[in-house]
Amino acid sequence: MAYSKKVREFYQNELKNVREAGLFKEERYIHAPQGAEIEVEFPAGSSTKKVINMCANNYLGLSSHPEVVKAAHAGLDHRGYGMSSVRFICGTQDIHRQLENKMTEFLGTEDTLLFSSCLDANAGVFEAILNEQDVMIADRLVHASVVDGMRLCKAAQDTFKHSDMAHLEEKLKEHQDKRSRMVITDGVFSMDGDLAKLDEIVALAEKYDAMVLVDDSHATGFMGKTGRGTHEHCGVVGKIDIITTTMGKALGGASGGCVSGRREIVEMCRQRARPYLFSNTVAPVVVSGALRVLELISQTTERRDKLEWNTKYWRKLLTDAGFDIKEGESPIVPVMLYNAKLAQEMARDLFAEGIYAIGFFFPVVPKGQARIRTQLSAAHEKHHLDKAGEGFIKVGKKHGILGLGKKELIEKFGM
Amino acid sequence: MEDIKKAVLDYVRKEYLEEDDDRELNENTKLISGGIVDSFSMVSLKRFLEKKCSIQIPDAEATPETFDTVNQILALIQRYQKA
Repeated sequence: MAYSKKVREFYQNELKNVREAGLFKEERYIHAPQGAEIEVEFPAGSSTKKVINMCANNYLGLSSHPEVVKAAHAGLDHRGYGMSSVRFICGTQDIHRQLENKMTEFLGTEDTLLFSSCLDANAGVFEAILNEQDVMIADRLVHASVVDGMRLCKAAQDTFKHSDMAHLEEKLKEHQDKRSRMVITDGVFSMDGDLAKLDEIVALAEKYDAMVLVDDSHATGFMGKTGRGTHEHCGVVGKIDIITTTMGKALGGASGGCVSGRREIVEMCRQRARPYLFSNTVAPVVVSGALRVLELISQTTERRDKLEWNTKYWRKLLTDAGFDIKEGESPIVPVMLYNAKLAQEMARDLFAEGIYAIGFFFPVVPKGQARIRTQLSAAHEKHHLDKAGEGFIKVGKKHGILGLGKKELIEKFGM
Repeated sequence: MEDIKKAVLDYVRKEYLEEDDDRELNENTKLISGGIVDSFSMVSLKRFLEKKCSIQIPDAEATPETFDTVNQILALIQRYQKA
């Protein structure tokens, strides 16, 4: 038997080590649709508790919006439950193509191709368009799915210090001998919440003849004046060669992702990207919901405006209270703690105060960089944020972290 | 080897540390397990070593374990320079 007692004990020991290191993650069971307030069963087996959700990617509050749910229902009725097919065989409906065209229009690109997720889009895109004659030059803090996608590709790899344009320029000069160069970055970085300097990256890419790929998953729908993304925020719409993004965050939160950009690149993905060729098509219900989301956010900017207000309010609230937060403009607001056990204990205490936020620690973030990552939503009202703020301050005082900066927090709690 | 050791230390400092970071860096400093170089950005160091020493290091040999200190890296270089 392959799974012998010896093998089982090996994995039991591995899991024991994860627990002892304070790195064990526990799921919480949610007995409600996603929203600003949810009912959570934690620990498992206990009765549910109503809590304010401060850690969803539900940036525009559309994950359970009645209009989106209604459109999804209509999609089920008119286009069925599943296609049981990859796209190129018999998995492409008219609504798939409609959604791709709508995304193209929304993002200001030439064409779009849907994938099951942005993780799949990132897994497929590099290998489909680059080979050993090319080089990929990535920001060191790009999302894990981008790292994994790059590893699947045979092109040379290099990295530049996070958001360091001088270092990027050095790398672009160094790699002028390659057939092509691709600069790769997130638009909004998922763990720190800071923005890529896309205007400077585009300028360097133009100067040194390089393509630019941006994973804009934490920006599509709300960054920029009309929510197109980081490229709109930085004034470079039309200048990003490839955008990968998700429908699993602001755009309804169900699933789905895409590659959007230059026509030929998208077509190459359609011909060669392995996740596109070998993975099931996005379900009609999800496509229908996403189409309605794009309609809603193209009609008005009120949701992304409200998110912007909530973001400024929450950042000021935490800063004034003395938390060590990473500065920035995005609705990702990490409360820095550096110590993994502290992050977990604070998350538990916050839950007791009716606030749902999770500790992030290795391997999700580097060792010694543990945090509680809070995220704003347009679904949050001011009273949610005030109550959450009270809870954070109470728990912050309990653990003696208010007013302490990085050095003091590390001295007090270790890394 | 002393030349190469110095070149590698200089490269690590320039490539991975911020300008105002004046921490001690020597041939025994834990680069990967110490959080100075992560496994993703290690590729830059591998390319530098291959170019500097005119060697090819197989991907399977370029691991967080074999690259953890400059001493370990020098041992790897010696092995592939002889090959």
